[in-house]
Amino acid sequence: MVGGTGRGIRFSKLYSFSCVRSSFREDRSQIGQKGYTRVVHCNDPDDPEAVQLNYRGNYVSTTKYTAVNFLPKSLFEQFRRVANIYFLVVACVSFSPLAPYSALSVLAPLLVVIGATMAKEAVEDWRRRKQDIEANNRRVQVYRNNSFCKAKWKDLRVGDIVKVDKDEFFPADLFLLSSSYEDGICYVETMNLDGETNLKLKHALEETSSLQDEKSFQQFKAVIQCEDPNEDLYSFILLRDSKLRNTDYIHGVVIFTGHDTKVMQNATDPPSKRSKIERRMDKIVYILFSTLVLISFIGSVFFGTETRKDISGGKYRRWYLRPDDTTVFYDPQRPVLAAFLHFLTGLMLYGYLIPISLYVSIEIVKVLQSIFINQDQDMYYEETDKPAHARTSNLNEELGQIDTILSDKTGTLTCNSMEFVKCSIAGTAYGRGMTEVERALARRNDRPHEVGDASSDLLGDGDEMDLGKPIKGFNFRDERIMHGRWVNEPHADAIQKFFRVLAICHTAIPDINEGEISYEAESPDEAAFVIAARELGFEFFSRKQTCISLHELDHESGGKVDRTYKLLHVLEFKSSRKRMSVIVRNPENQLLLLSKGADSVMFERLSKEGRMFEAQTREHIRNYAEAGLRTLVLAYRDLDEEEYKAWEEEFSRAKTSVAADHDALVDAACDKIERDLILLGATAVEDKLQKGVPECIDRLAQAGIKIWVLTGDKMETAINIGYACSLLRQGMKQIVITLDSQDIDVLRKQGDKEAIAKASCESIRKQIREGKSQLISAKENSVSFALIIDGESLSFALNKNLEKSFLELAIDCASVICCRSSPKQKALVTRLVKMGTGETTLAIGDGANDVGMLQEADIGVGVSGVEGMQAVMSSDFAIAQFRFLERLLLVHGHWCYRRISMMICYFFYKNIAFGFTLFWFEAYASFSGQPAYNDWYMSFYNVFFTSLPVIALGVFDQDVSARLCLKYPLLYQEGVQNILFSWPRILGWMSNGVISSIIIFFFTTKSIIPQAFRRDGQVTDFEVLGATMYTSVVWAVNCQIALSINYFTWIQHFFIWGSIIFWYIFLVIYGSLSPTVSTTAYRVLVEACAPSVLYWLATLLGVISTLLPYFSYRAFQTRFRPLYHDIIQQKRSEGLETDDTPNELPHRVRDKIQHLKMGLRRS
Amino acid sequence: MSSNVPSSSSGAAGSADSSAPRRNSKRPKYSRFTQQELPACKPILTPRWVISAFMLVGIIFIPIGVAALFASREVVEIVDRYETECIPEEFRNDKVNYIQKPGNKPCNRTLTVPKKMKQPIYVYYQLDNFYQNHRRYVKSRSDEQLRNNDSASDTSDCKPEDYANGAPIVPCGLIAWSLFNDTYNFSRNNEQLSLNKKGISWKSDREHKFGKDVYPKNFQNGTLIGGAHLNESIPLSEQEDLIVWMRTAALPTFRKLYGKIEVDLQINDTIQVSLENNYNTYSFNGKKKLVLSTTSWLGGKNDFLGIAYLTVGGICIFLAMAFTVVYLVKPRRLGDPSYLSWNRNPGGH
Repeated sequence: MVGGTGRGIRFSKLYSFSCVRSSFREDRSQIGQKGYTRVVHCNDPDDPEAVQLNYRGNYVSTTKYTAVNFLPKSLFEQFRRVANIYFLVVACVSFSPLAPYSALSVLAPLLVVIGATMAKEAVEDWRRRKQDIEANNRRVQVYRNNSFCKAKWKDLRVGDIVKVDKDEFFPADLFLLSSSYEDGICYVETMNLDGETNLKLKHALEETSSLQDEKSFQQFKAVIQCEDPNEDLYSFILLRDSKLRNTDYIHGVVIFTGHDTKVMQNATDPPSKRSKIERRMDKIVYILFSTLVLISFIGSVFFGTETRKDISGGKYRRWYLRPDDTTVFYDPQRPVLAAFLHFLTGLMLYGYLIPISLYVSIEIVKVLQSIFINQDQDMYYEETDKPAHARTSNLNEELGQIDTILSDKTGTLTCNSMEFVKCSIAGTAYGRGMTEVERALARRNDRPHEVGDASSDLLGDGDEMDLGKPIKGFNFRDERIMHGRWVNEPHADAIQKFFRVLAICHTAIPDINEGEISYEAESPDEAAFVIAARELGFEFFSRKQTCISLHELDHESGGKVDRTYKLLHVLEFKSSRKRMSVIVRNPENQLLLLSKGADSVMFERLSKEGRMFEAQTREHIRNYAEAGLRTLVLAYRDLDEEEYKAWEEEFSRAKTSVAADHDALVDAACDKIERDLILLGATAVEDKLQKGVPECIDRLAQAGIKIWVLTGDKMETAINIGYACSLLRQGMKQIVITLDSQDIDVLRKQGDKEAIAKASCESIRKQIREGKSQLISAKENSVSFALIIDGESLSFALNKNLEKSFLELAIDCASVICCRSSPKQKALVTRLVKMGTGETTLAIGDGANDVGMLQEADIGVGVSGVEGMQAVMSSDFAIAQFRFLERLLLVHGHWCYRRISMMICYFFYKNIAFGFTLFWFEAYASFSGQPAYNDWYMSFYNVFFTSLPVIALGVFDQDVSARLCLKYPLLYQEGVQNILFSWPRILGWMSNGVISSIIIFFFTTKSIIPQAFRRDGQVTDFEVLGATMYTSVVWAVNCQIALSINYFTWIQHFFIWGSIIFWYIFLVIYGSLSPTVSTTAYRVLVEACAPSVLYWLATLLGVISTLLPYFSYRAFQTRFRPLYHDIIQQKRSEGLETDDTPNELPHRVRDKIQHLKMGLRRS
Repeated sequence: MSSNVPSSSSGAAGSADSSAPRRNSKRPKYSRFTQQELPACKPILTPRWVISAFMLVGIIFIPIGVAALFASREVVEIVDRYETECIPEEFRNDKVNYIQKPGNKPCNRTLTVPKKMKQPIYVYYQLDNFYQNHRRYVKSRSDEQLRNNDSASDTSDCKPEDYANGAPIVPCGLIAWSLFNDTYNFSRNNEQLSLNKKGISWKSDREHKFGKDVYPKNFQNGTLIGGAHLNESIPLSEQEDLIVWMRTAALPTFRKLYGKIEVDLQINDTIQVSLENNYNTYSFNGKKKLVLSTTSWLGGKNDFLGIAYLTVGGICIFLAMAFTVVYLVKPRRLGDPSYLSWNRNPGGH
């Protein structure tokens, strides 16, 4: 954007935050061109020109519907589902004479289903609308008629000048004019947008920063030309819905309003995911649809031939049908047409094979399942007051089928609360605390561990001298330098400089609250440094534009003195630079460059004389990394005035350049001054493992789930965290793929990019090949392998031609760690695993950098941790701690998988059992399309008589209790291998349905027809047969579910037996209505069926015979081919599971997994 | 000496004092329901259960089967198929033509009582290959019209038997139109056996579906005459043959009650039946049978139910024994984890 005031924009001398830079990189010539046409008349929205532009108002609507378009639009949404269209077509056709039953009985369920879904949509939309109304009616101060007055957000116009106070949200995208700070800066928190909780600094133009009061705005007029609304978040200034922090107020011009704002432009729907089971269910529906078409076709062929024969040679065969005077549907003269029309009738009649209610029931069940997940107390995290949250309900069962977990490290496995634990200053290591990694290593080696300085371990963990109140971010214990004792250390001078660097070289902002100082920092690491400095007597308490002030412990006097450092430049941290520096002028008027950065870039920047402690420091850093700590190297240098002046000029030039290589120029300039540094030491910050992570990972590994860790950390750190969280175990062989070889280093020095790429590629290929041969040779000994690969190598390994062999190698390894990987690589690896293996993947992460991975994976789990809400917002499930994953997968996942797959199998069973009785009846009704049952029996079949038990099955069934799920993690493999929803099982249930229908139809008809079915000589007619058969069906399917349920609470009993009883009640009530309403059901139970013994005996015979095949099969199968849950159930019933023998299974489990893997590979 | 580090700014602030009771805690409330810990019975198929269940079914089914079979055997049933015999020899080549000829077509049949038949003896006619359950046929009626005198013109479903000579037909529709019109008269030793034709239909039909003030009108006046004529002076609710006929049969082979003989018939009694063979089943090759049957507590004669019960019961007993033997021979515990294997093809359903 370009200031309309005509003059160029100067950057703040002190800060290099790049809030408006990217638009600067663009050529000015673009202004006014396509994409850069926006013209804002500041402080003059009523300007005729501005009015002409007609930009939208600030009214925001996030609703999907309006009152007007709700009906058509939501209906349209509804009928985008193919199933619903089918049902709609059926409903429409049911109004024609084609329909085998009354239109109302078809339409009613469809209306209920659609109505319910639409009601849900409406409620959700209403909630959104309420939020909108709330947002639109928020108040903000707007400059109108020469003064600031309150106005509603929605009344803002482009060009308005607004005043926003501290901790308020910005009402629109604003162009910053001035702030309470003289130099026009302000701090912004963008948590609502990207989840980052750190503060971002924004600048006003120098020209406008003086506009402080109402008067000054009277004369203010300006025109801003800028880009059109787009979704690029980081190019613009104060974004709507971000929050003003640490600044009393700002003035700004409204640039983008309403739906033009960045936040609205960025609002996208997350990718919609479907579970594997659902996709397979679609296939089942296709199968059933084919069956439907087939049996309708068979029916219409028979119907056609029968109808054709009705007139032959002027003679009427079935004269009672009046074939001479008939309609097109039964016309013997046009049998083909009649057969075709009958085919349509058949499609409707046998439509019960594809139940409309299945979709509804599954939806209901999944919502209830999600409620159970949300309500689980064992997944509630006290500390942050966060329960687990299923953000999408349609992936519940997928949780039970996870084959590979891809996990982020920082914030997911670890707490992401950085603690300053150790440091190395001037070649001496300080800090006595043991890290968790060290403890884990010690445990593993069964000996006290000796990482770091040997002397520092003299004191154990237990007897630390001052345990005081624990300080967040600070876990440093060393009496040698604490409480001001550092002055007595040999290199007191270096120690002082060391902590000054920590206290000055950062971008944190102090926040003084009742005498206590806390800090707002960009990253937890940085906060940990400032806190460490504070605790050791270098308390940073004030930051102004140009200076930083510390309370320092005076070297000589031992008292506290305030020292103020003039801040000249901040050379900011960038991932490419891996370091940050500040240039300050200290109270003694010396120019200092203070620098901190990664060891890989810092050591090469040291001056000759600055390398005094290099060897020791390197050694310490290595030790720290082994202990799983994050290290940074600290260094400084004195600058002389001339050098600085010369450099500053160059730097300013670089910064104000608008060329495309702006960044490169600035980097080059920074590079020039960050040289010849003097090493001070190194810091070690611990990223603590979350509670229960090792146990959880162990359990998940026992369940046969592969775990990949994708992290941005150094290889050493990653490996150590791997050990700490039991991802890597002693005795595991490591295959390390890296590019840190000498040949490549040599090439790097030469700088030939192509040669490097080629050599790297070759090197990776070779390493993968070697890894594979290692795997093959070790197969007999069943040694497990761990693959560790760094980001650089990964980028080559993910190439098209290496991808496959890399994946082959990786899936054979028990654990995989990818270090130094970028967010994009994380997503690519996820995709590779998902596509390459075809298995279900779960990605878990907490930061904005994990979003790609979460969206790519079959299931994304967000850890609602320290790094904001971005990951959670794009996840499918949110949990507060990594360890809850165990319960989420092994318990809820297993249950949901089991429930849904059983439910779908059963659902198809019951509808096939029902639908095929209709078909058999047709065979005895010359396929004329007459249903065997009363219309309403049929309509209510899926609504009242069979739906509730199956929903109860889907919501409540448990094969084994949660405790046993966790105790026998291998049970989880039932889901991974999809045993409960395998084709044999599905087809088995379907054939069971067909068998049931055959048994019911033939047993019933043969036993009650044609003789008298009562003592009084009455015979079975159409009505009685329908009622009897239907009774058998209701009994049979409900008893069948009773047989398949593993878990009977009163709810199941109530639903199952209630459904059966309700059928009789229904029959009595419906039968007592006027015969015009009840038609064939009129008094059928009371008068005809109930007094007949035969009716009851036929029902009993039909029901028991229907259950026999399944029961016998189950009896046989649990005995001779038990599934794993059968065995556990058996153990439970025999009371074996009570004696706690945790070590009973694991090694067997492992063998089995190994065995299993081999089996899978073969197939 | 201590302070918090709100590196995460707003949200984390509240979490510091977790011990203090939080008013708006999101902690899920405990209930056995939400934690999925409701008391439940968890049935599993142990050998004992399996064997007991099979035995139980067997023990219940076999006696029922025996009883049903006895009941069926106790029933005496005389079935006489007459559709061919009642056509004079000379017309047997063209039965349809014969039956469509106007005039009486009397026929005499003689039945011998094989066993003593206690009254009431139910007289049925049984038709075969007659699709009373054909969709066109089933729908071709007007319940409104049958019930209500004012709805005589409510004949929309009755086509083509809705109007004749410009006036609505009562009762309309194909069902009524094709009313069965063979008649039977029974005599024993030249002595008329009275046939009770009252109460052969369902009470609810007589009282609620067929109106007391609805009289047949314009019936069988069309160009094509289907079946029986109705006496226009008797209300529909008393036309029991029509009521029985209108209650459509479930399958193409069906019996319908014709009347009741309310005297006992002795063994070897000869019954003369003089029947009028009017009904055309010849064009669709349908059989016609006259059935005289007593009833038991289970109804008429049908061995199927008894045999089915015995078979199912027998299978269950057999399975119970088989499982017992297997469990005895291989008494391995189900809980034995050595059964655990994954590379088998599962497929339990």
